[in-house]
Amino acid sequence: MSDPTVRVAERVELLAAETDEGLQGLQPRSATSTDELGREVGAVLRMSDLTLDPNDVDYERHDDETMIINMGPAHPSTHGVLRLMIELDGEYVLRTKPVIGYLHTGMEKTGEVLSYIQGATNVTRMDYLSPIGNELGYSLAVEKLLAIEIPERATWIRMMMAELNRLSSHLVWIATNGMDLGSTSAMIYGFRERELILAFFEKTAGLRMNLNYVRPGGVAADLPDGWEDDILVICDTVYERTFEYDELLTGQPIFRGRMVGVAPITAEEALALSATGPLLRSTGVPWDLRRAMPYLAYDQVDFDVIVGTYGDNFDRYAIRLNEMRESIRIIRQCLERMPSGDYRSQDPKVTPPPRARIDESMEALIHHFKLFTEGFMVPPGEVYSAIESPRGELGCYLVADGGAKPYRLHVRGPSFVNLQSLPLLMRGGLLSDAIAVISSIDPVLGEVDR
Amino acid sequence: MASDLGCFPSTGDYFELVRSFKADHFEMCVDLCAVDYLEHLSRPLPEGITPTRFEVVVNLLSLSKRQRVRIRVQAGDDEPRVASLFSLYPGTEAMEREAFDLMGVLFDGHPDLTRILMPEDWEGHPLRKDYAVGKIPVQFKEAPGPR
Repeated sequence: MSDPTVRVAERVELLAAETDEGLQGLQPRSATSTDELGREVGAVLRMSDLTLDPNDVDYERHDDETMIINMGPAHPSTHGVLRLMIELDGEYVLRTKPVIGYLHTGMEKTGEVLSYIQGATNVTRMDYLSPIGNELGYSLAVEKLLAIEIPERATWIRMMMAELNRLSSHLVWIATNGMDLGSTSAMIYGFRERELILAFFEKTAGLRMNLNYVRPGGVAADLPDGWEDDILVICDTVYERTFEYDELLTGQPIFRGRMVGVAPITAEEALALSATGPLLRSTGVPWDLRRAMPYLAYDQVDFDVIVGTYGDNFDRYAIRLNEMRESIRIIRQCLERMPSGDYRSQDPKVTPPPRARIDESMEALIHHFKLFTEGFMVPPGEVYSAIESPRGELGCYLVADGGAKPYRLHVRGPSFVNLQSLPLLMRGGLLSDAIAVISSIDPVLGEVDR
Repeated sequence: MASDLGCFPSTGDYFELVRSFKADHFEMCVDLCAVDYLEHLSRPLPEGITPTRFEVVVNLLSLSKRQRVRIRVQAGDDEPRVASLFSLYPGTEAMEREAFDLMGVLFDGHPDLTRILMPEDWEGHPLRKDYAVGKIPVQFKEAPGPR
């Protein structure tokens, strides 16, 4: 920054110039063609069989009747650095355009310079509310290429941790959603319960977030002594408290006013927009990868896939609340049926030897050295693995060229894709509902921008 | 997990192939990304397919058949260009913008092909293999400090 006094005088123009995103932002109507306007007003839907009703598009409206306002990127209720440009007619939203990229840190590029072992540390930071999900998607992709068998205990530990993570992620959602709607108590409660789970994560993996716990070949550490009691406490407490949230929120008139019937989406639209997770299930499509294309041991546990009917905010809330109960059901089954055995693959090419072995075995030392300097080689190929993260389908497309680093690592972030439904959901709604709509999509901007 | 079907259409057949898959109950385009094969220009591909530097990978999903299909189209060398799937699957809008932004693949018929993750005035496409990775020099204890 040059001379501060000059800067103050020119501040308005400077600020406008510095925050301008050019064509990425929402353009005024005078600069938008009719086609473009139709597309934006109808969100991105302009399919042949889903044609927009021309009466819906108000071509005649001029710029002086509407107003484009900017929300974010540092708005308290945009769940991170999401910037929305919203065209308003009074209190009603006409067009919305999310402007993203403020948290882009080039993680896919970084993934290409990290070895497969280090890769889990990278991907875990994408969706910071469900780190296990990211690691799991990545590890499954690597293991598919390596064609190695994972011990049964590792699979069940992974499944239990993934469900605990789904629980903690949905708890944060309850908390932030409550906060967005003015219920500060929901905020406190959600974070209070999440604390239990994070404490267990810390006990198991050593970290509360960004665990790097699930790794290619298994998990980083066995469950700690007495984990059964901890899990039991978590299950009992959170299960009981989901009914407290129910009591606090479900019947609450202010909450219902912002949720019931607000921002509906149909199954056809959700499918066309590639929406997954609670957003898709709220429309009544029973699509849950845990059930539809089982991975880990999800085909061996009992749980229900929760679906909605109307596709509105309230359905998405109800789905998440009930998914928490289903997750607890799965965790309880993991607790009962946790097999004994190894928690990681015993293939020395993939799994580092235990510390004690390094002192006594030359071979272990060599394996250790090779693994942490060079990493393991993955045979050439490409693979797409998908898991059901709390937000939807988390895909990992991995291209290996036979070296120790991924040639291309692409992560299909569910929030990134789900965010496309936002303009459609917002359209015609009230600006004050916008906050609830953003929250009901549950975007995590770390994953959107990667 | 059912293994994915793989298809290698040419840039000309690509759109029609996706259209036929859509008619065949592949309701959702789950993922679309591009890969830069600069270091593997002569990689093995099924017979009759000439590998090019850029490849666009599309993952379609059929909910009714519980099946995935992966379409890998060779997009070109210097100026990768394929048809946009927007008119078939509007959900590819952001994914195609991402592929354009980070890899420089052009999508014909995309309504709003602008950068999505990088700033508007950014030069180059960061995920290309000839785009340098930034490096921070490692400072050892005895080395002179940054100031």
